[in-house]
Amino acid sequence: MLSAADRRRPWLLLAPSLITLFVLMILPIAIMTMFSFYEFVTAGVEKQVFTTQNWHDFLTDPFYHMFLWKTVRVSAITAILCAFMGYPAAYCIAMTTYKHKWVLLLLLIVPFWISFTIRTFSWIHILGEQGVINVTLMKLGIISEPMPMLYTEGAVIMGMIHFLLPYMILNVYVAIEGIDRNLISAARTLGCTAWQAFYEVVLPLSLPGLMAGLLLCFVLAAGSYVTPQILGSTRDALFGNIIFDTIMSELNWPMGSTLSLVLLILLGAVAAIYSRYMGLSRVFKGLGG
Amino acid sequence: MKISTTKRLERLTERYLNGGMDRRTLLGLAAAAGATAGLSMRWMPQALAAVTEVRFDGWGGVVQEAIDKYAFQPYTAKTGIKVTQGTFGDENEIITKVKTANPGEYQVIHSSGVEYYKRYVDGGFNSEINEANIPNLKNVMQAMIDPFLKIAPKLSCAPYDYGTTGIAYNTTVISDAEAKEKGVALLTDPKYKGKIGGYADMETRLWYAALGTGQNPNDIKDLDAAWAKVRDNRDLVKKYWSSGAELMDLLAKGEIVVSDAWSGRVAALQQQGSPIGYLDPPGSFAWMEDMLILKGSPMTECEELVNFMLDPATAIAVAEGQNYPPSLDPTKVKLTEKIEKLPAFDPSGTMKSLTFADAVYWGDHNDEWTKQWDRISKGG
Repeated sequence: MLSAADRRRPWLLLAPSLITLFVLMILPIAIMTMFSFYEFVTAGVEKQVFTTQNWHDFLTDPFYHMFLWKTVRVSAITAILCAFMGYPAAYCIAMTTYKHKWVLLLLLIVPFWISFTIRTFSWIHILGEQGVINVTLMKLGIISEPMPMLYTEGAVIMGMIHFLLPYMILNVYVAIEGIDRNLISAARTLGCTAWQAFYEVVLPLSLPGLMAGLLLCFVLAAGSYVTPQILGSTRDALFGNIIFDTIMSELNWPMGSTLSLVLLILLGAVAAIYSRYMGLSRVFKGLGG
Repeated sequence: MKISTTKRLERLTERYLNGGMDRRTLLGLAAAAGATAGLSMRWMPQALAAVTEVRFDGWGGVVQEAIDKYAFQPYTAKTGIKVTQGTFGDENEIITKVKTANPGEYQVIHSSGVEYYKRYVDGGFNSEINEANIPNLKNVMQAMIDPFLKIAPKLSCAPYDYGTTGIAYNTTVISDAEAKEKGVALLTDPKYKGKIGGYADMETRLWYAALGTGQNPNDIKDLDAAWAKVRDNRDLVKKYWSSGAELMDLLAKGEIVVSDAWSGRVAALQQQGSPIGYLDPPGSFAWMEDMLILKGSPMTECEELVNFMLDPATAIAVAEGQNYPPSLDPTKVKLTEKIEKLPAFDPSGTMKSLTFADAVYWGDHNDEWTKQWDRISKGG
């Protein structure tokens, strides 16, 4: 029989995490939920009376639905492109016989040493009319007019891939690294070609890591607003930008809170579906390296 | 009248004994008082009384550099009070911060225009300044003070400078003659599709759309036509800029060749040697900026700072540095030749040559129009 002190101990140990979680997550969400039922009076002013008007506006206004769908589409494209680009890189790092593998892993982390905003701004000097690509192509005589690359949806996706690719590579790398090499040798011994061994053994076993990477990339892309703000035109805004404008430009906190909760529910649902079939532990494993 | 703590406690006890307060409330208040007393330290009153710094938030870039160099640094040298600075690219951004902060956290704001002043007043963030503490206010143009007094009977700010949002164009692509001939129409000229910029701000967009459709921006009769013009402009624009630094970058790098632009920032570009022309078309959007003191600020120190900033020597140096004319009345204070040549400068001191936004008219429609602009800008 556990004593009262023994029963209390786990709670005492958990207390710092629970308090942090409560103060930094539960409480802000609760406040946002409260605000979503307040009445917007004028810019920066709201009345603390219960109304479902904000939710009604969201549910009936196609403008919000269009941007929610666009966010899902752009985030899905970004996550899939990250998978296509990240998988070969992760496979190479995991399978290389190069004795200083840590250098390759370090290279993955190096971009994180530079501010995210600066990294995003750097694309302006690459994709802009006076940027490296246009200037080079024009000097080579390949094009006569600068190509419009900056302030497009493509630029936004490119910027997000730049920021998310390491997350994908790390997740897939951890999954491939965990595969028993004897399984690949056994497949080859039993007559598989190198491609078949990859297709029949490595790919299925690394799938959970790939899925975890897809989830992470999707969720982070769907929640981003800085990249579309810097690299996109106003038409390339995502749902995060709609939230930003509603709060910062219209100063309409009740509606902004409603839209924030919508995004939270959407991303929470995606994570819940993933957890139901794959388990979230994969994501944490990938993040932990 | 100031009441001592003992007197307060006596009054509480009396209310309790007379049945005006229940036991739980009395104990709660006593506990709170005890906790406050326990947490207080001997140095606290002195520390709270001695203001060693004032918080200022402005538009950053060359404008704030000039204010810092010619006003804040000499002020600190003179008084020992440090001016802690922050920046914002859009005034809504700072209003959001003010709204979420404790009173007194943000103190002096370089606010743009009477319309924004109204927002601070609506939000209850305005203070009441003691004009006797700002004697230099007497040199400020009355025409700049009156619009603020229409919003609230007691001033919470001191008008500081003014300027226009006119049309900037790259002179290597667009000649002065073409700019003068086309005027506002340059912003919707298909010839420059993909090379046009604009301020990502509802008021500026709708103002120029009103001018583009031949309407009075302070009394738009055909709103649909104005919004249609906003859409025309949107479809031709490469990038709506959201800060003065971004505007200067886009123009200097040649990413855009024409844009509505802030007069001072264009003057700065011209001084740097960029081939940029500037035109104030008829009805060009004029605005005035003010030094706004927020509620909860250390008023005496803030008023002292604002008074220092309005001192003719300081205000003239700042104006020359930031390229915006000062609020000083040219009929009372002798201004320099450089200031007299700045775009938008009004030598009469009446501001009659400039068209300002009617704060009440724009304020009444602000919520609806901002929402509409946010949608149109995103393709709606």
